[in-house]
Amino acid sequence: MTDLSMPQTQPRTQSATGKIALRWLLYVLLGLFALYYLMPLFVMLTTSLKSLEEIRTGSLISLPREVSFDAWKTAWSGACTGIQCEGLRPYFWNSVLIAVPAVFLSTLLGALNGYVVAQWRFKGANIIFSLMLFGCFIPFQVVLLPMARLLGMMGIAGTIPGLIFVHVIYGLGFTTLFFRNYYVTIPSELTKAARVDGAGFMRIFWSIFLPLSLPIIVVTVIWQFTQIWNDFLFGVSFSQAGTQPVTVALNNIVNSTTGVKEYNVDMAAAIIAGLPTLLVYVVAGKYFIRGLTAGSVKG
Amino acid sequence: MSEWLENHLPKVVLAPSFIAVLIFVYGFIGWTAWVSLTRSKLLPKYEIKGFIQYERLFDSPRWDTAINNLYIFGALFIVIAMVLGLLLAILLDQKIRVEGAIRTIYLYPMALSMIVTGTAWKWILNPGLGIESMVQGWGFPNFEFDWLVNPDYAIYTIVIAAIWQSSGFVMALFLAGLRSVDGEIIKAAQVDGIPTWRIYTAIIIPSMAPIFLSAFIVLAHLAIKSFDLVIALTGGGPGYATDLPATYMYAMAFSRGDIGQAASSAMIMMLVVFAIVVPYLYSELRAKND
Repeated sequence: MTDLSMPQTQPRTQSATGKIALRWLLYVLLGLFALYYLMPLFVMLTTSLKSLEEIRTGSLISLPREVSFDAWKTAWSGACTGIQCEGLRPYFWNSVLIAVPAVFLSTLLGALNGYVVAQWRFKGANIIFSLMLFGCFIPFQVVLLPMARLLGMMGIAGTIPGLIFVHVIYGLGFTTLFFRNYYVTIPSELTKAARVDGAGFMRIFWSIFLPLSLPIIVVTVIWQFTQIWNDFLFGVSFSQAGTQPVTVALNNIVNSTTGVKEYNVDMAAAIIAGLPTLLVYVVAGKYFIRGLTAGSVKG
Repeated sequence: MSEWLENHLPKVVLAPSFIAVLIFVYGFIGWTAWVSLTRSKLLPKYEIKGFIQYERLFDSPRWDTAINNLYIFGALFIVIAMVLGLLLAILLDQKIRVEGAIRTIYLYPMALSMIVTGTAWKWILNPGLGIESMVQGWGFPNFEFDWLVNPDYAIYTIVIAAIWQSSGFVMALFLAGLRSVDGEIIKAAQVDGIPTWRIYTAIIIPSMAPIFLSAFIVLAHLAIKSFDLVIALTGGGPGYATDLPATYMYAMAFSRGDIGQAASSAMIMMLVVFAIVVPYLYSELRAKND
């Protein structure tokens, strides 16, 4: 812990008012930065509650004179994503249908893989893990073309199962990494003792490791959910009309060129699309940050 | 049989994932590399023709723009996000009373999709009704801020939005780093009467070198892969003024029907990422195994 604000000893006499002024400056700066980060969310929210007329005549940061939820209704069930005008609703559910099984499968496989790599080391296990880890860092552009062809050959091109498949495959590296780093900290004597007592590979996993894994499961589920919900590249490359995830639909609503530009609907749609991950962050921020730092830094 | 299974179960469990990674990561990279050496257009061809796709790529003014944009965007994004992140971390490290709440506010954009971020900033930066018209309304009728639609400046709007999205994350990294510095050394320095700013520049920041490296790797990686934000904010436009390698690749693959160009641009992206990430991962893994 660093403690720079209040030195234990004061070699020189500092003026008390100067210190208080500095303290104030610090809080003002922090407050200004907080405003900077909150401003776009505030603008989105107020814009979504204004009428188009008020948007045209009013100022970007003014509060709505009359609060109206019409834009939210349109964004949810009436906005046009091209020729279809069903709002975000069907695509929101597509994202749920993609994210839930993909998160579940990639987490389960990651737990098993991590358990093997961390606790059942065999010759070559480290190389296998390294190869899987490198897979986390490839720019996905390099697999888009062959994956598009493969999905076509498998007959799941443009389908939700196809997208689930893609997300599970390219999520494996990270989920394995998370569980491996967690299970490495569990002493291998535990596994050895359980084996002496006659417990097998799966038994040890189910009765010893899984019950210990709640924190890392939470981190992994949050990480995978955020990644998959926010994905755009796979969504736009491997979906077709009707199976698009919510990010793709949002982009289509915002960039559809037909009709009047309804900024309030765009903003309401953006908030709806961002709400699930935002909610996860607010509820479980600690785990979210742990995933971010672990996932993007540790090798 | 069952004994064999029990003995080999760890390998059996790991095998499907490993095979999947071999095929869908390494096999697919191989496929893309192969096709990048052919004359593939709308459909892939497998007859190797040498480096013509790469020659075409480097002759293409659009790719040239994309690479230049990557330099501008990457450099500004990485430097500003790091400086801002470090500044915020230092400010937050001064025994702030509501630190948790402030941290939450600084970091929430990271939870949002780049498409959401892009949509928000597209609205804020739009000249007709956004910041420009707001400032004009404050009594500065000549105020101009049309970067979003100005081909020379549009790339900077991507920088603005990307920094808003990611700087809080850099702050979180640096804050964790600040907190892990040995408190005893700092106390000793304070006892010696060394001013606070000197303690930061001479002791704390140098000891965080590995975190700077991590932050750099993460941000560089984000920059090279940037795709969604460009699509949502500018759509690569005006014209192709804000194209990045990722949007170039996508355009070639899915709207131009030029698979050869798509494959070769993807390979260049991968080489750039690997040039940055591989030495880092290698040293990390080696440090762990030692």
